[in-house]
Amino acid sequence: MDTTYMDTLAGKFPEAIAPNRRAQAAWLGGLFLLIGYLAYIWIAFDVAGAVARSSMDRAKLLALDSYAYKHHVELSMRTGDLMVNLEGNRRNAFTELPDWVEQADEETLVDMGQGFTALLSVQSLRVFEGETLIVDIEQTPAGPVLHSEPNDWMRIAPNKIEGRPDSYVRFIATKSKITLHVYSTGWENFWFDNSSVLNGTGFWQAMGLVIYAPRVDPEQSNLTLVFSEIWDNNEWQHGQVMHAMLITILMAFCGTMLAAITALPLSFMASNNINPVGLLRGSFKRLFDILRGVDALIWSLVFIRAFGLGPLSGILALWFTDTGTFGKLFSEAIENADKKQMEGVSSVGAGAIQTTWFGVIPQILPVLISQTLYFLESNTRSATVIGMLGAGGIGLKLADAMRTGQDWENTMYIISLIIAVVILMDNLSSWLRIRLIKGQEKSVL
Amino acid sequence: MTDATTTALIAAQYEIAERRRRVYTGVMLIVLVMMILFGVQVAEDANSGSLLTGLPKVFDYPYDIFRQAYARGWSFWTIPFSVQHADNGIQFTYIHYLIETINIAILSTLFGFLFGGIISIIASRNLVKNQALVWITRRFTDIARAFPEIVIALFLIFIFGKNPIAAAVAIAFHTTGALSKMFSEVNENADMKAWEGLEASGANWLQKVWFGIIPQVWPNWISYALLRFEINVRASAILGFVGAGGLGQQFKTFVDWKFGADIASIILMLILTIIAIDMLSTWARRRFIGKVAH
Repeated sequence: MDTTYMDTLAGKFPEAIAPNRRAQAAWLGGLFLLIGYLAYIWIAFDVAGAVARSSMDRAKLLALDSYAYKHHVELSMRTGDLMVNLEGNRRNAFTELPDWVEQADEETLVDMGQGFTALLSVQSLRVFEGETLIVDIEQTPAGPVLHSEPNDWMRIAPNKIEGRPDSYVRFIATKSKITLHVYSTGWENFWFDNSSVLNGTGFWQAMGLVIYAPRVDPEQSNLTLVFSEIWDNNEWQHGQVMHAMLITILMAFCGTMLAAITALPLSFMASNNINPVGLLRGSFKRLFDILRGVDALIWSLVFIRAFGLGPLSGILALWFTDTGTFGKLFSEAIENADKKQMEGVSSVGAGAIQTTWFGVIPQILPVLISQTLYFLESNTRSATVIGMLGAGGIGLKLADAMRTGQDWENTMYIISLIIAVVILMDNLSSWLRIRLIKGQEKSVL
Repeated sequence: MTDATTTALIAAQYEIAERRRRVYTGVMLIVLVMMILFGVQVAEDANSGSLLTGLPKVFDYPYDIFRQAYARGWSFWTIPFSVQHADNGIQFTYIHYLIETINIAILSTLFGFLFGGIISIIASRNLVKNQALVWITRRFTDIARAFPEIVIALFLIFIFGKNPIAAAVAIAFHTTGALSKMFSEVNENADMKAWEGLEASGANWLQKVWFGIIPQVWPNWISYALLRFEINVRASAILGFVGAGGLGQQFKTFVDWKFGADIASIILMLILTIIAIDMLSTWARRRFIGKVAH
């Protein structure tokens, strides 16, 4: 086959190699539609305005704070008291100054890391990069006064001068106090908080203590000590977070199961091959639509009003919404069930209930189980959301952590935990699905 | 061994197996019921109100809303069409926000579909040789799916301010994760004969995917995307609650102000929209799936 032969072929059947005009037109039309729609969205959502108003500094700070922590060094102008604490929290103040803070009679020398040092007193704040003086602020009764060259990383207001020569180093001088923020990477005190006897011990070190070290506290074994100290960590609140997580899983589990149990009998009433009364069938279908259409969020508002804030209201909300969803899914499965099995069962003299029990249930059981398990996973996420808006559990913890807006590492921790649990639930539900449905075919449960 | 004894033996074995199955089923059901009861008990202890004292009050809130809506009289039905002054003249308040909610859903489904489609191909074991790449892509989709939308929305609101873009990006991220998992399952079930034929005629990877796989899988992809669209309408209404625009944001305002009639009106609008989209997508799905079947 040479090219000339191909050419003669092409000459004989021009339509075979002609481009498909209709398909091309469809593609082009689709593309124009898409571009048009995106342009409309650009204007309707004011994307340009949003981008212009956005503050990338906040994003950067947020990102930094999620994996770094900071120590605050605060010097009060009025009393001359110096305090070093974690994240500005007075409860986490150092009782002894750490070794990167040196206090001489009047002045305090702070090694801020990244090559920056600060020298502060009630009269002045000076910041050095290496040996060079980069910031020189005099504290006068009227407020801070800058004597060095201003920089673009500094913000100067009448009563406040702040600067950030490096993302890990920040200073703020006001009339009443000087504050230094010294950042370090990591999640500080993740295992043991400042008030713990084991503060500063790493996880593996603590495991080492459990295995072979003598008792730290003569009253109890190292195992219980380590465990209770981690559990009662004040900053990270592992105990409370785990409890909240458990509550959320509980909401998802109870809500899903109750919904599945309720929806099963109701779905029979909505199926055209079981219930012959059209009016009744239709009203059940509309009931499912309404239960589903009113979102879990709105149901939770209703139930919070009646039962107060808490997981019970969350369970009821999930129950109502999912009864609607399951009702629809199950009744579709029932309507799709094979008639032959029902006829077979009824031909040997079975009554209505027996026909359903032996003729329909075995057919829809796989759908029933797989949908229920699937919703177990998706409800874990829904339970987080409605928890955030009042039903408690991990959602509320997350909302609290986000609301304070300071401890983004706590937020990150809770988010990671939620993701881990959802992935776990996902794997668990698909494992169970395979075991229950494929393993034993139709004789499940 | 005679036939009769064999039958008897089988019958006996069957009896044993059947009894064992019944015992297992019974035990499982009892455990399930116990777990539910225990869970509800724990939840009730953690709740600020209790089940019994709250039960008579279940209808308080719906009744309240309904009463206020009824008090409005006929003008209740005009709430959805009430107007407000905007920068460019006058706009329908609620219709405007409803359209915003639907637009968030469309936009996020669109991007979720595009990214999900691309990622799903890399996450299909039969289409990519490098199994490590498949594994990594799958873990990424797992995380994208598990990431709570509301958290991304809150982060973006923190950065961009209150804007529907926050909700759209948040839902699009989750949709990408969810769709790429479903799409990759479809891809893995695709008939590989077309692929092999293209390979034999020297097609490159992109051509094999485009001409060998996409024509087979796209009706299913569309069907899943329509299903997602339904879910996303709901999600965008919820995200409005945290300030991401749309009808949800209005709803939140009225819930805080306790404007019963407006709450009822918005709930009605939402339900009708969801039912309408439900019907529309069922119809469209039948059409696309029908194309595959015939």
